[in-house]
Amino acid sequence: MGRKVGIEVSIAAADAAALCDVDVVAAYPITPQTHVVEHLAELVASGHLDAEFVPVESEHSAMSVCCGSVAVGARTFTATAAQGLALMAEIVYIAGSMRLPLVMFLSNRALSGPLSIWNDHSDAMMVRDCGWIQVFCEDGQEVFDAIIHAFRVGEDPQVSLPVMVNVDGFVLTHVIEPIEYWTKEMVQKYLPPFQPVSRLTPEKPVSMGAFGMPEIYLEQKMAHNVALLNSRPIIEKGWTELAELTGRKYSAVETYKVDDAETIILGMGTICSTSSLAVDKMRAEGKKVGLVKLRLWRPLPSDDLRRVLAKAKDVVVLDRAICPGGGNAPVTSEIRAIMYTEPERPRIHCMIAGIGQRDVTPDDVCAMVDMALSQSIKDYHIYGVRG
Amino acid sequence: MKRRLRELQPFDKEAEERAIELGHGLHPDDKYLKPGRIPHIWCPGCGLGVVLTCFIGALRQKQFGVDECAVVSGIGCTGRVAGYLDMDTYHTTHGRAIPFATGLALAKPDTHVAVFSGDGDLFAIGGNHLIHAARRNVNLKVICVNNFNFGMTGGQAGPTTPLDAKTSTTPLGNAEPGFNLPYLAHASGAIYVARWTTFHPRQLVHSIGESFDRTGFTFIEVIAPCPTGYGRPNKLGSGLEEMRYYRDMSEIRYGADPADAEIKLRGKILVGTFEAADRPDFMETYRTQVIARAQAGGKGKGRAA
Repeated sequence: MGRKVGIEVSIAAADAAALCDVDVVAAYPITPQTHVVEHLAELVASGHLDAEFVPVESEHSAMSVCCGSVAVGARTFTATAAQGLALMAEIVYIAGSMRLPLVMFLSNRALSGPLSIWNDHSDAMMVRDCGWIQVFCEDGQEVFDAIIHAFRVGEDPQVSLPVMVNVDGFVLTHVIEPIEYWTKEMVQKYLPPFQPVSRLTPEKPVSMGAFGMPEIYLEQKMAHNVALLNSRPIIEKGWTELAELTGRKYSAVETYKVDDAETIILGMGTICSTSSLAVDKMRAEGKKVGLVKLRLWRPLPSDDLRRVLAKAKDVVVLDRAICPGGGNAPVTSEIRAIMYTEPERPRIHCMIAGIGQRDVTPDDVCAMVDMALSQSIKDYHIYGVRG
Repeated sequence: MKRRLRELQPFDKEAEERAIELGHGLHPDDKYLKPGRIPHIWCPGCGLGVVLTCFIGALRQKQFGVDECAVVSGIGCTGRVAGYLDMDTYHTTHGRAIPFATGLALAKPDTHVAVFSGDGDLFAIGGNHLIHAARRNVNLKVICVNNFNFGMTGGQAGPTTPLDAKTSTTPLGNAEPGFNLPYLAHASGAIYVARWTTFHPRQLVHSIGESFDRTGFTFIEVIAPCPTGYGRPNKLGSGLEEMRYYRDMSEIRYGADPADAEIKLRGKILVGTFEAADRPDFMETYRTQVIARAQAGGKGKGRAA
C-alpha cells in the first residue's frame, strides 16, 4: 500500500499521471489554470518523468498535439479548464470520434462572460456530447484513483476512447487533502503498457482523420456511440480491480441512505459531500432523505439510475450549469428523459445552484429540498438569485 | 433565504463630482481612470503601471478625450488595463483582442483604437490574428507589454521567453528561443515599429503619440519587469533592480534593423523606433479598390473614384 500524504489535489493529479508513466504532456496556461501542468513540467525537467512536455501556444494546439501523440501510440495527458476547454472544443470532438485514448484533467469552471474563473459545471456540459468517457470526482483520493483508472479504461483495446476526469475548480483542485498514493508496483500491476488499436507507423501505413461522406458518416457515429456504451463493463472491471488493489470500491452511481428514502438528492462532484451533510441533518429531523452521487456522466448509467430512483417519491437534482432558454438543466433533463419511460416514476425537481461558485452549504441543500417539496416548481428553479 | 453576499454598490457619480469640486482625492490621471477601480491588482515592481501612465500621458499630449478612443485588451495582467481606463474598453477572451479591435476600427474609423495586451496574449494564443492584422494594415495601435512569461497564471514559459530562461514550466531553462517581436511585426507589415522599456517613459509617451499620428497598423513593444513571475526564477531581483538592468543594458538605436533586436537572457536590449513607413491602410485600400470598382459597375477601372 502506498503512502498517505497531505497534498494539493491538482499536484496529486499530476503525480498520478506521472505514476502512469505518460509519454507526452501538452498544455497551455490559459486563464484559469491549475498546478497540474506546472508540476508535470517540474517532474519532466528534474528527470523524475521520462516524457515530452510541450508548452504549446494555445489550448487548440494543446489538444491537437495530444491527438497527434496518441495517434502514434504515446500515452498522453493534458489538463485544462473553462475557456481553455472552450477553445480546444473542436479537437475534443475529434479526439472522441477518432477514438484516441488520451486522458484530460478538467478543472470545472464557469464559462465567460462575464469573465469568471470560479467553479461550476458549464464547461463540462458544453462538451457533453463529445463522445468521451466523462467521470466526476468528489474528493482528492477519487481524483488520484480516477486518473489511473482513466488510462486503464481508455486505453483498453475494446474501449479506445479518451477520458475526461472532471474535478471541481478551486473547491477541489486547490485544496490540500490527505491522499493515499499508489506505489509504482501497484500501477504496473493495474495498468498494462499502451497498445493502441491502430496507430500511425511506417510499417503499416494508415490514414487518419479522413472525410466521412454522407454514406459512411452515420455508421461511424453509430460505431462511436456503441463503443461508448460498450465501455461500461470495462469501466466497472477497472473499478473492481482497483478495489482489489486499494480497498476503495467505486461505482457509476453511488448511494447514501437511499434504502428507505422518499426523497433523493442527486448531484455530481463536490456538491455531493455537502449534500451528504444535509442528508444527515434532515434524517435527524425525521425526514426520509437520501443521496445519489452520479460519478459516471458518460456513458450514462441509465439502468442503475432507474433502479435507484424508481423507488423514491421525489428526486431533487442539483444542477451546476445553466441552460439558457432551455427546458431545465443538463443533468435534470437526462434524468427526466430516462425516467419518463418508467411506469412508476418519481417527481423530478430541477434546482440550479452553485453557478460561478456561488457558495452552497448544507443548509442551502436543505432549503432547496424543502423548496422543491413544498412549492410547485414546474421546470426549474435557480436557487439563491438576489433581487 | 439567507443572504450572505454584500449588496452591490453602484458607482456613485455624484459623489465623485462632489469630490472633484472639493479638489481632493484627485490624481492627474483620474480623468482617464475608472473611479473606484484603483488600487490596481498588479504586483509591487510590476511595469504595467508605468506603461498605463505613459499611455494616458500620450492621450493627454494628443488632447484626446475619452470619447475619441477605445481600448481593447486580452487576458492576463496587461488585460486588466481595459478595466481601469474610464473609456470605451473591452476585455476580450484570451488572444482575441485584435479581431475584436479590427471590427471596432472598421465600424468606427474615426475612433482611435488601441490594443493593449501582453506578449502571451498577442503572440501565443493570438499570434495568428496579429500577423494578419499587420498584413492588412488595419488602423490599430498595438501596445504589447512584454514581460517574457505568462505572469497571471503563474509564470509559465511563453512565446517570448528567451532561450535558457527559467519559468515555472521550464525549471531547468527554456529549450525554445523567444520571438523577436519588432522583427515579426515588421515582417508582417506593421508601418510603425518601436521598442522601449519601462525605464524609458518619456520616449514611450512620444512613441505612443507618434503611433496615433499614423493611419495603419502600428506596433510598440514595451519591455516590463515581472519580478513575481519572470524575475524571481531568473534572479533578476526586485522591480527596481530590473529597472537598473534596463538602464545598463538598453541601447537606443533609432532606425535599427529589427532583425538585430533579438533579446537574449541577460543580453543587450535594443530600443528605439525601428520602422516608420507609410502605406495605405486597409480602409483606404478597400475604398479605392473594392468600393470604387463596385461603384464603377465592376468594370475594374475604379481608381477614377
